[in-house]
Order: sequence, then C-alpha cells, then structure tokens
Amino acid sequence: MKSLQTPLHRVKGLGSSHSGTGHFWRERVSAAALIPLSLWFAYAAIGLAGTTTSAPLQFFAQPVNAFLMASFVIISLYHAAMGVQVVIDDYVHSAGTKIALFLLVRLFVIATGSACLIALLRISVF
Amino acid sequence: MAENPQTPIAHPRPLSPHLTIYRWPLTMMTSITHRITGMALTVGALILAWWLVAISNGLDGGYQTFMALAASPMGMLVLFGCTCALAYHFFSGIRHLAWDLGYGFDKKVSERNSVLIFTLSFFSAVVLFAIVWTGHGGYLQ
Repeated sequence: MKSLQTPLHRVKGLGSSHSGTGHFWRERVSAAALIPLSLWFAYAAIGLAGTTTSAPLQFFAQPVNAFLMASFVIISLYHAAMGVQVVIDDYVHSAGTKIALFLLVRLFVIATGSACLIALLRISVF
Repeated sequence: MAENPQTPIAHPRPLSPHLTIYRWPLTMMTSITHRITGMALTVGALILAWWLVAISNGLDGGYQTFMALAASPMGMLVLFGCTCALAYHFFSGIRHLAWDLGYGFDKKVSERNSVLIFTLSFFSAVVLFAIVWTGHGGYLQ
C-alpha cells in the first residue's frame, strides 16, 4: 500500500511523538555519561561523610571537583526530567494534566539544579 | 447486532497485561523497580541540593544541622534508601543499555541478571554504608 504520509512528513521522520527518537537517544547518552560520574559521586560523598565544614569547602573549591559535581548535577537532573516524562507519558492520559506535569517537572529540575550550581559557584568563587 | 458500544459489559473480560492475574516475572519486578528508584532519586536530588547549599553557606551556615540530621536514625534510613536506589538504578541502567545494544534478552540470562542486579545493588549499598560506619569514610579531609 502506498504511504498516506506526505513526502515532507516522512523526510522529517518525527512520528506520532512529534520528536522522533531524540528523547530516547538523549536519555541513553546521559545514562552512559552518568556511569563514571555516579562512581565519582559515590567516592566524593563517602569521602566527605561526617566531615566538618572545611573539608567539603576545600574539596569543591578545587576546579576539577566543582566541574565534576556540576556535571553530575546537570546530567542527572537532565536524565531525571526525561525519565519522569516517560513515566508521565505512560500513566497520565489527559493532555492538560500531562502538560501541567511536564512543566512542573521542568520547574523542579531547573530550580534544584540552579540551587546546586549557585552553591558550587559560591564555593569556588568566594 | 447494533449494540451500543458505550453500554458497560456486565462481566468485563480481563485485559492485557494481566497485572493482577499472573505471577509477576522477575523482569517485570526489575522494570518497575527501575522506574520507582528513578522517581525516588529525582526527589532525592533535593537532599543533594540541600547538602551543597549548606556547604556553600560556609562555617555554621546550616552544615552542622544537615550533618546532625543525616546522622539521626531517620536521616540514615533516608540516606540508605537513596544509596540503595542509586546503586539499583546504576546496575539496572547498565543492563538497560546492554538491552538497547541487543544483549541479554535470553529468558534464562535476563532472569539470572535480574537476581544479580537486586543482590549486587543491595550489597553495594550495604558496603558503602559499612565504610562510613566503620569510620573509613571522610577520607577527603
């Protein structure tokens, strides 16, 4: 049977989700990046467990540690937003509620991520 | 013929995926646990933000309060939960990436890996906590 899609629609290749496989791919790439970053995070969190304030201040004042922590925060929250979106896609069927929840999730990750990044900046700059 | 399709059926037939009927296969358990741990870790990001903000406030800027809460029984329970969730999502996530590459779909292999993932994540969480408990944490000061 001849396809009912217009050639333009087919060449865009975005399908019913209107975003193609981009979401799937970004979720996988961020997951792969989080494998080494999570191991580093575990090393850092255990290494700073039970210490007084000066230890984490000195640790995150080192650019490499601030960079790794910022990467971990940004990529994990990016990954989280996409993961939660899939869960919402699967269980919420009303378009209005779905959009409202998507926006809430984005607000949450942007607010949480900003708090982390501003804290890291304050530690490294001041 | 010509029945109203809106009329509810008196005894509705069970619909796939039969969640309430069949015994849950292990792969289904791992799948739903991956989602639950992912959601939990998203909320757990708040603790990470709290920790970093407390550190950035400098001396006596709430860091002592954070550490005292983290060392309380409730705090340790929450942190242990987060550690289990992160360890689980880590190992299960690696399996998901392997699945995406086409490996590990065999029924026997996926059942075995499910058990492996549950065991490995729980034990690594216990080991990470044991490091702190036995006084081997805090090596970065």
